[in-house]
Amino acid sequence: MRAELRAIGALGARSIRNTFRYPRYLGPILIFPTLFLAVNTGGAGGAIDLPGFPEVHGFLDFQLAAGILQASLLAAVMGGTGLALDIELGFTDRLLAAPIRRPTIVLGRLAATFALGMFAAIWFLAIGFAFGAIVKGGVLGVIFVILFGGLTATAFGGIASAIALKSGTASVVQGMFPLVFVILFVSSAFFPAELMQEPSQTIAHYNPVSLVATGIRGPVVSGLRASDTLDGLLGLAIIGGLGFVLSAWGLRARLRAS
Amino acid sequence: MTAIEVQGLEREFKGGVKAVQGIDLAVGEGEIYAFLGPNGAGKTTTVRMLTTLLRPTGGRALVAGHDVAKEAAAVRRQIGVALQEAALDPLMSGHELMRLQATLHGLPRAEGRRRADALVERVGLGYAKDRRVGTYSGGMRRRLDLGMALVHEPRVLFLDEPTTGLDPSSRAAIWDEVRRLNDEGTTVFLTTQYLEEADQLADRVGIIDDGRMAIEGTPAALKAQVGQPHLDVCLTDGANDHAEGVLARFGEVRPGIEGVHFQVTLAGGAGDIAPVVRALDEAGLAVAQLNLVNPTLDDVFLAETGRHLEGDQDTGEVAALSLESG
Ligand SMILES: Nc1ncnc2c1ncn2[C@@H]1O[C@H](COP(=O)(O)OP(=O)(O)O)[C@@H](O)[C@H]1O
Ligand SMILES: [Mg+2]
Repeated sequence: MRAELRAIGALGARSIRNTFRYPRYLGPILIFPTLFLAVNTGGAGGAIDLPGFPEVHGFLDFQLAAGILQASLLAAVMGGTGLALDIELGFTDRLLAAPIRRPTIVLGRLAATFALGMFAAIWFLAIGFAFGAIVKGGVLGVIFVILFGGLTATAFGGIASAIALKSGTASVVQGMFPLVFVILFVSSAFFPAELMQEPSQTIAHYNPVSLVATGIRGPVVSGLRASDTLDGLLGLAIIGGLGFVLSAWGLRARLRAS
Repeated sequence: MTAIEVQGLEREFKGGVKAVQGIDLAVGEGEIYAFLGPNGAGKTTTVRMLTTLLRPTGGRALVAGHDVAKEAAAVRRQIGVALQEAALDPLMSGHELMRLQATLHGLPRAEGRRRADALVERVGLGYAKDRRVGTYSGGMRRRLDLGMALVHEPRVLFLDEPTTGLDPSSRAAIWDEVRRLNDEGTTVFLTTQYLEEADQLADRVGIIDDGRMAIEGTPAALKAQVGQPHLDVCLTDGANDHAEGVLARFGEVRPGIEGVHFQVTLAGGAGDIAPVVRALDEAGLAVAQLNLVNPTLDDVFLAETGRHLEGDQDTGEVAALSLESG
């Protein structure tokens, strides 16, 4: 068990290092969402005055959750892409020939994705603080947001890993990029669901990403509330559960294909 | 004890490709066994099955005493593997990869670091250990891959085409390392398309073609089976009527071109060379050139399959004994 945890840690460390060594990996995770945040807060800041928009300290505060979600989802896609590249390259064969448990290969990736999700949350909180946002939940709120960032990336990482394992092709996993934005747009990540038109409003209502958005946004705009955190955890459980089942199935399919 | 024991091993891929069609072989502890065959013969498929990366669709295989299908984890602890395409992460340094491999094999951190340090030196990459693997040459990658396969001191080492595409000096470096490992007691199973490699390294050779074992044995026995060595004799002056008669005392003679060139099968092998020269001399025949031609593994391959090993220009092992006699 100890050896297994060390293997997961070593594989995770490798993935994180590689992400920072190869700007093409790190770029999309941080740059897209940051630009998005800049454009959004600059251009749509007036939305805050719309009737029905929740009481918040500022539009930037509201949008931090969107940036963190976006970056976490993209970190998940990049993690899946890395796994698929390993399969393409034959690096997974090296891992499979070693005396480690098969799921360790996926868990190593997810450990890195968790860390990158937390890193993304820290990045956006830093931007938020630099531009005058405040986290109502205080220090504990900040910790909650960071943990949520990591967990969101990991939950989606399970789904991305499943696609990587099943397809074994990096370009297929990268094809998920646009999907990330679709999923986010039909959730309350960017705008409150109440302000959306149908059918987006209904979809956003049932989209588990909306629950996660509440979990991340709550500590920032309204302070620590059990209901927000529970919503967020429920959303993560749904997405993470799906990710777990799918990646277990993907791993089995990959091992059987061999 | 047998390091590798294979019975009726088969692999059929989806779509009906039968890459391996019933292979039997046994490799003893401490042996170097070469699996020789052309592209597409089924070498990689066999290695992948023996290293637990691919499930057999028929037959069974024991490696280091464990069944590759039923006791895969136990097999993995005993084997080292260097696959055909050295799958190395180009963003990592050689030393990082070596340490990762040590961790994957459960070595404690300090010991892993020590092994990694020792092994990068052993495969001659100490000077480049902190460079990213993406900057390594083909030969360096192969050496690193070989080193990584040794990190847990495996009992059985699998090398899939370890020198394909390498220049002669890189190839020689790998051969030296394989010999050294074998001297230390490691059993080696290697695949190759190169006759010379099998001949140079292996205690025994299995020739595989189209998923089947064509023939198996020591390099010497295989070559002996194809035929005895023969002597190419070239005389100085034209038309020597009695030359054929003199040579016929030593073996079967085939007259060559222009009445000066003969081939004689040497029933007594290389030991007959001196008597042949003496006999020709006594008969007053001057020898311009003598070549002892040994059968090669390619001759074996040709005899067994009707084809030459593709992509190998090695046409014969010729020991040229140029004699200027006067
Ligand atoms: N995954 C696969 N699916 C289908 N056919 C395969 C697969 N892998 C190998 N083959 C086929 O099996 C045969 C043997 O391949 P391989 O074992 O790679 O040969 P070698 O290593 O001797 O060059 C070839 O005809 C090859 O095309
Ligand atoms: Mg091959």
